[in-house]
Amino acid sequence: MDLPPARRRAIRSNALGIGIATGAYGLSFGAISVASGVSVWQTQALSLLMFTGASQFALVGVLGAGGGAVAAILTAWLLGARNGLYALHVAPTIQVGGWRRLAAAQLTIDESTAMAVAHEDSPAASRQAFWATGISVFVLWNIGTALGSFGASLLSDPAMLGLDAAIPAGFIALLWPRLRDRTAWAVALAGAVLALVLIPFTSPGIPVLGSALVAVAAGLMMRKSA
Amino acid sequence: MIWIAVLVGSLGTYVAKLVGFTLPSSLLDRPIVRSIAGFLPIALLAALVAVQTFASGTALVIDARLAGLAVAIVALMLRAPFLVVVLAAAVTAGGVRALGLAP
Repeated sequence: MDLPPARRRAIRSNALGIGIATGAYGLSFGAISVASGVSVWQTQALSLLMFTGASQFALVGVLGAGGGAVAAILTAWLLGARNGLYALHVAPTIQVGGWRRLAAAQLTIDESTAMAVAHEDSPAASRQAFWATGISVFVLWNIGTALGSFGASLLSDPAMLGLDAAIPAGFIALLWPRLRDRTAWAVALAGAVLALVLIPFTSPGIPVLGSALVAVAAGLMMRKSA
Repeated sequence: MIWIAVLVGSLGTYVAKLVGFTLPSSLLDRPIVRSIAGFLPIALLAALVAVQTFASGTALVIDARLAGLAVAIVALMLRAPFLVVVLAAAVTAGGVRALGLAP
């Protein structure tokens, strides 16, 4: 089934717009990552290979706070688990095998999934929205990362400039759109309080991992009340 | 050590994406899977906000980062874009330190 050219163009320009907005996120990721003590090359490898923003921010955040590799990896994995659910949802529409499936998997993130879902009335449009958004975000996220990490590596004293405050600001900006109802607020508050309580008693990195228990507990409680 | 975290971390997040393309999508019909997966990023991101604002090693501290976070929240309430939120927080914390108001 062919798409009308007008719709095709609309999808393309939306995809580009989302890519440009994400490129700005990439800029701050690059700067924050380098400020956390991760090299320019390691930062770029994260944007190319991990390619899921919240996990990348978390990995460099935990490493920068002295949390160690294991805690950093586990936090990144837990945050990245939602992409697996996105893939489950879009896979029947995308319907690809071979190397295209490998590429589609890497491009399965918040933005490409949201665009694919928004066009679910037409499988052809949904497919195009997924690929156009995924590719646009991948390219611009990586360009943004390179500019940000290179820019930050030129700064002399990042802490003096307040870059360490950019890290929690980045996390709250990622959290903000997810606080849609009272349950979400309750989960967020419980997660934050549990992490604060754990800080003095555990090694860095554990408080964040511990908050995953809040998500599991909330999920179990929802099942009981349903 | 950082390279190991980068590579192993990336491998795991990729496997999560790929597994989603291979498993039957009927897994999504289980409400428990959906709700835990929906709550995970909320709890983890909130914990990351708390830790990155108040932790200094294993000590709880109040410093210029808290001023940065407050400004970030105001910026989000005003629907500012991501880069503006992050920059506003960094400039605020840097300014608070330059003025000697907080460490």
